[in-house]
Amino acid sequence: MKPYRILIVGGGVGGTLLANLLVRRLRPEEAQVTLLSRDGEHVYQPGWLYVAVEDEEETELSRPEKELLRQEVFFLHDEAERFDLDRRQVWTHSGERVPYDMLVIATGSRLDLDRIPGLREGAHHFYSAVGARNLQHALRAFRGGRIVIGIGGMPFKCPVAPLEFTFLLDDYLRRRNLRQQSEIVYTFPIGRCFPIESVAELAQRYLDERAIRTEFFFDIDGIDPERRRISSLVGELEYDLAVIIPPHRGAEAIIASQIGDEEGWIPTDRYTLQMEGVEQVWVIGDATNIPISKAGSTAHYQAHVVAERITAFVRDQEPEAHYDGHVQCFLELGEGKATLLDFNYEMPPSPPRPSRFYHIAKKLFNRAYWYLIPPGRI
Amino acid sequence: MYTIKQEVDARGMACPGPLMELVRMAKKAQPGDVIAVISSDPGSIKDIPAWAEKVGHRLLEVIELDNRARKFVIEIQARKPL
Repeated sequence: MKPYRILIVGGGVGGTLLANLLVRRLRPEEAQVTLLSRDGEHVYQPGWLYVAVEDEEETELSRPEKELLRQEVFFLHDEAERFDLDRRQVWTHSGERVPYDMLVIATGSRLDLDRIPGLREGAHHFYSAVGARNLQHALRAFRGGRIVIGIGGMPFKCPVAPLEFTFLLDDYLRRRNLRQQSEIVYTFPIGRCFPIESVAELAQRYLDERAIRTEFFFDIDGIDPERRRISSLVGELEYDLAVIIPPHRGAEAIIASQIGDEEGWIPTDRYTLQMEGVEQVWVIGDATNIPISKAGSTAHYQAHVVAERITAFVRDQEPEAHYDGHVQCFLELGEGKATLLDFNYEMPPSPPRPSRFYHIAKKLFNRAYWYLIPPGRI
Repeated sequence: MYTIKQEVDARGMACPGPLMELVRMAKKAQPGDVIAVISSDPGSIKDIPAWAEKVGHRLLEVIELDNRARKFVIEIQARKPL
């Protein structure tokens, strides 16, 4: 019997880890694993936050994808352009047809900077390498005034990142003796600073301590770069520097192939991670439509589940692994302190008392990522 | 009667949470559209009506699905001028 052809599309956290897990579990005569990725470089995206406010070197945040993959994985450096699920094949940008027996879509999310009028010209962000570098330059040139932080659209990756940026920005301005000449305004589209009440209460205490102004129900619908104003349902805010999280969308190939919703998220079973109504296709990470945090740790835990389910399928066994909604992330609170959010579908997070320990753990994890996550050590 | 145009089942989704899903749907919806979110978060009982009132949408109904989950049905209203 010929080995199963397993095709993983996307070389982010989920795709890279899953490829390595599969070739470790399955023998070459059982399966051939191909990873198709547009990017030759694998980027540790949480590091962009530190590029903006701590002068982290960008070069330390990426490594060649090929170096992270076990040698048994066939790496195809090309971009998926169209998914043909009926014929079980994917067409690439360079015109290649890649047939498969099992498909995993791990194409992540992309920024849609044109969705909000004025966003591209009027605001900064730290959700790409270029964006983080530009923000770093803008902050270096900043000499005081009002900095507004806001959410440009839902969903967005790493829901705690705007809060973390706000606290680290406060540290940054204090280090540069600019805090007294500056007002930081943290805005959020609902009635508190974070969706989860326990986390919001904790973070609000720190926002108050740091004299960071908050504006709630601030659902941004436009930016006027000329007048330096951000508009929302509840009013306008003037700014000297705006840091707005751009709206996110799923991969263009998903929209072009009409296999997802209008924003490019693929209907996915929240427990099995199988694409709704399609056999032998799984979806992990940001690409799913599951209303859960779009974050690297989500993709990480999901990759382990799909690796087990695919292994069971190949071996004609009943799959037992289910995704329980597990997400884990650090929350930086500034002044060298952080806490940890750990939760799943059944158990909401109960953050431990912020401490230096979690801050150091996060910093260590940022360095240890390359050693721990892509190879599947944890 | 109403017809729900878009619905999200956010049961067990602590983050980003049911209210953020409503914000997302409301942003894309037109005045008159009816959207719904299913939530098992006890905080939604207070949060969702408060949000709807603040941003000027109409909470049509809260349906008890079981002892944990509720469906919140919202009719999108035209944006008031500032």
